[in-house]
Amino acid sequence: MAEKEEDVLLIGAWASPFSRRVEMALKLKGVPYDYSDEDYLVTKSPLLLQLNPIYKKVPVFVHKGKVLLESHLILEYIDQTWTRNPILPQDPYGKAMARFWAKFVDEQVTLIGFRSLVKSEEIDVAIKEAQELITYLEKEITGKMFFGGETIGFLDMVVGSMIPFCLVRGWEGMGIDMIPNEQFPELNRWIEKIKEIEIVRECIPNREKNIEHMMKIVGRIKAASKTA
Amino acid sequence: MVTGDVKLIGSWASVFVMRARIALNLKSISYEFLQETYGTKSELLLKSNPVHKKMPVLIHADKPVCESNIIVQYIDEAWSSYGPSILPSQPYDNAIARFWAAYVDDKWFIALRSILTARGEEEKKAAIAEVEERTDHLEKAFMECSNGKPFFNGDHIGYLDIALGSFLGWWKVVELDANHILLDETKTPSLFQWAERFCNDPDVKPLMPETTKLAEFARKLFPKPQA
Repeated sequence: MAEKEEDVLLIGAWASPFSRRVEMALKLKGVPYDYSDEDYLVTKSPLLLQLNPIYKKVPVFVHKGKVLLESHLILEYIDQTWTRNPILPQDPYGKAMARFWAKFVDEQVTLIGFRSLVKSEEIDVAIKEAQELITYLEKEITGKMFFGGETIGFLDMVVGSMIPFCLVRGWEGMGIDMIPNEQFPELNRWIEKIKEIEIVRECIPNREKNIEHMMKIVGRIKAASKTA
Repeated sequence: MVTGDVKLIGSWASVFVMRARIALNLKSISYEFLQETYGTKSELLLKSNPVHKKMPVLIHADKPVCESNIIVQYIDEAWSSYGPSILPSQPYDNAIARFWAAYVDDKWFIALRSILTARGEEEKKAAIAEVEERTDHLEKAFMECSNGKPFFNGDHIGYLDIALGSFLGWWKVVELDANHILLDETKTPSLFQWAERFCNDPDVKPLMPETTKLAEFARKLFPKPQA
């Protein structure tokens, strides 16, 4: 029996890797959902502020009236609730590794990645720092079709939404070639592979719009740090 | 359970290490505790956690698992048929417990630590206010999660109890340092009573560091600037 669309609501933002990855999971599992887009560079909707008063961020996921926050938690909830096309490994060690690397991407890589976008001096140092972190992911993907193994999984969605379809667009806008093929052949191979997947293509922000958006964010961060 | 199959790299004073040890106790797992020397990092630590070079690291059948909350989840899943469940089985309750545990680390702990690193009275007052506000959130979380039962997890301690409860030793030390009550019986009565129950739990009691010893260690870790 098909789920009623109103059972699932996702409040997201077209340019947010955190909400795009939730959409990937929902589409992979064939879960119908209502979607509400936040234009967060402009304003935050009353609904968002009501449902996420602590962090005031997207994504906000509502299922049968129950509110869930934080993309990793939402992804695991989706995996446990709709069991077709599992996105997390079944074995405890595989799960632990997926969670570890997902945390690494969203905390370390994202931080250093954004830092490399806003630095005006010592840009080479920032690039090197970011590449050192990305090298760990190059090692992780070596010998695997996807981070999830034979099919895309949780970690592919986390890395995919954040690196090639968010940070890379920012780096392109700044004229930085952060993950050159000679240095990261496996990651580049993986990027081409995931681009072939329809549900991933459906959940990627348009490249030009995304570059423009990232440049706006960079501008904001730079302006904020001047007045801080 | 084969002893020698499980090792834990850690230190008696670390909140994050304690989480892993409580979880192992809950599941009655024997393990070899490898105490790190303060000020140095062992070769095994650097080899098992090259990314962060931090403890705790759980090594199970030669495979390392890093990050305290990830270790606790791993222990619950790898030994799922041993002892009580650490995480709720219902997906929503599971997500809520993990949400608040992440809040403890990302928001609450950061505020607590800023009391120790505060320079001057103004900064200290601001840090204290922040801790009080965030502790209030946790009081509400307790009401939401416990459903009238003694622990966040219900009848026995679980993931969120462990995540927050492991801080209780340091919580007392920071209170003493700030000369200000940070777990108030009247402001957050549920948490206050929960704290006592948590510390008395048989899987926790032997691991909770003694306040004087921890305060002395804190002075080493967070030296006061010379006046």
